[in-house]
Amino acid sequence: MSDRKHSWGVRDCHAEFSEAETLMMYRRASLCRYFETYLRDLMESRDMGMPIYLSLGQEYLAAALSVAFPGCSIFGQHRGHSFYLSYGGDIHKLIDELLMKDTGCCQGMGGSACIADPNIQMYGHSGLLGDQVPIAVGAALGGHSKVLSIAGDAAAEEDYVLGAIGFAATHKLPVLFVCEDNDLSILTPVNVRRSWKITDVATSFGMAAIDIADDPWTVMQTVREIQTLPYYMNVMVCRKLWHAGPGNDGPPEWDRHELVLKKMRDLHLDKKVQEIDGEIKSYVESTWREHLQRQ
Amino acid sequence: MERTLAETIREYTRIHLLENNGLLLAQCVAAVGWIGGTVPELTEEQGIIELPICDASGSGFACGAALAGRRPIFIVRYQGFMWYDCVSLINYAAKSKEIWNTPCPIFIRSIAMEGKGIGPVASSAQYSMFMRPPGLQVCAPMTPHEWGEAWQWFLDHDDPIYVSEHRLSYSTTEEASNTIRDDARITIIAISAGRINAKKSVKYLSEEGIACDLIHLMWLKPLKITDEMRASLSKTGRGVIVDSDFSIAGASRSIAYELMHDTGAKVYAFGLEDRSSGVSKSTENCTPSPQKIVSYVEELLRK
Repeated sequence: MSDRKHSWGVRDCHAEFSEAETLMMYRRASLCRYFETYLRDLMESRDMGMPIYLSLGQEYLAAALSVAFPGCSIFGQHRGHSFYLSYGGDIHKLIDELLMKDTGCCQGMGGSACIADPNIQMYGHSGLLGDQVPIAVGAALGGHSKVLSIAGDAAAEEDYVLGAIGFAATHKLPVLFVCEDNDLSILTPVNVRRSWKITDVATSFGMAAIDIADDPWTVMQTVREIQTLPYYMNVMVCRKLWHAGPGNDGPPEWDRHELVLKKMRDLHLDKKVQEIDGEIKSYVESTWREHLQRQ
Repeated sequence: MERTLAETIREYTRIHLLENNGLLLAQCVAAVGWIGGTVPELTEEQGIIELPICDASGSGFACGAALAGRRPIFIVRYQGFMWYDCVSLINYAAKSKEIWNTPCPIFIRSIAMEGKGIGPVASSAQYSMFMRPPGLQVCAPMTPHEWGEAWQWFLDHDDPIYVSEHRLSYSTTEEASNTIRDDARITIIAISAGRINAKKSVKYLSEEGIACDLIHLMWLKPLKITDEMRASLSKTGRGVIVDSDFSIAGASRSIAYELMHDTGAKVYAFGLEDRSSGVSKSTENCTPSPQKIVSYVEELLRK
């Protein structure tokens, strides 16, 4: 049985962050959520012409990292919209890429799985599961001073990912490895695929590692407390929708957004949350409409 | 005294590491005389990175180092290992500039060897598979000057390049020149170690009264069909590509196809046989020997 739960490793640490930091994190998560909610609705009404990988449900991890770990090179994977947007990637170019236009962030050649933006040092992903991890490590070897490597729980099983984690540990390279552990390789859960934990592997390679759930304050606090890189964070997240496409197979194990909203009410930030949501929703919808009208 | 090919590679590498902030990534660098004497005896601080034996990761490290602007030299000591090592070279380095407008320049030194009981795993050249995906230049230099030409191309461009080397060439000091004869009956275009054997076979055939043109081919992709190739094939009406890689779906058949369409001459492909190489003399699968090339040419001329 899986031991996943929304409170795994979660710390009561929201007080460690200023209101401004908390609202910045929330704003970025809101951008990701409304962007993908609009996209999901669009996908339900029309054929987008290519596979699209939505990260709805997982957006708080990207938003929290963008606040706590800024100014890094980013090597993401196929489910990357939230990282792209949280770190300030060009929303117009992302929409164009998703609409299969030459003006997209990959010139219409990458699609949803391969997005990149040089202005935020986000490098493209080839689509080959996990190959961004050794490339991220190579960038650190080559001199990049702060590298974020994002992979999923399935990519953690790729031999070249394991080799890369070991190499980063051996050479003490400045890489923050983040695993978006949604417990699924398409539909196959982790405990069917393997009997080991990636954090045990990372620890045995000689780097600090942690398993936590995607509570954004816990993510930010964990990053803040990192003493040295490389470091491995396995973050349990819930993908709300299909591997590719807008459908779902029932409710997720937990809804991080609802949990965050509750915490924001406890922090008496509900009014500001409403303002942010209203502003972001309006911005995202008008931006999407503007691009769709140009088609 | 003229430099050997190995000495030439070593010197270009030394300059790249010490003066250009370059990197060299390979497994077991210090082994077997620093990779056939082609690598300068420098330290990690000076840019030599000993890779762990996780082949598929290594090419990813090279890609990352290239993205960081280090123009790495990535060495694979046996081309047969490329079936593991090719992952990020083909899926990332070759695509990066086209898809993301982000150059990923890597000088891929891929070393072929054959015979001497090397057997089925590590033997022969494997450049053909790198000619298929877009985004990679492919060449097989066999002389000091040719290697320098490949290196200069790398410095002048921001693309990855696959450089197939052959162990048989490392002691070479001599440059290659084509043989063109008015009375040639066939055009032999040779690649990699095929050039060494083709040269011997052309000499033998000449002694037998069969004149041949011999053209050395270094750049495999993009293929540059020269006026000399066209003139020779127009004159002889038939040709053969002698290759150190497998013929089926390989460089030799691909180039023969291009030349046939370009010139109208019949061009054949003669490379490795479609079988695994063994270690014994009877089961090895090597670049066609001079004797085999002679027999093949005589058979073609009888047709």
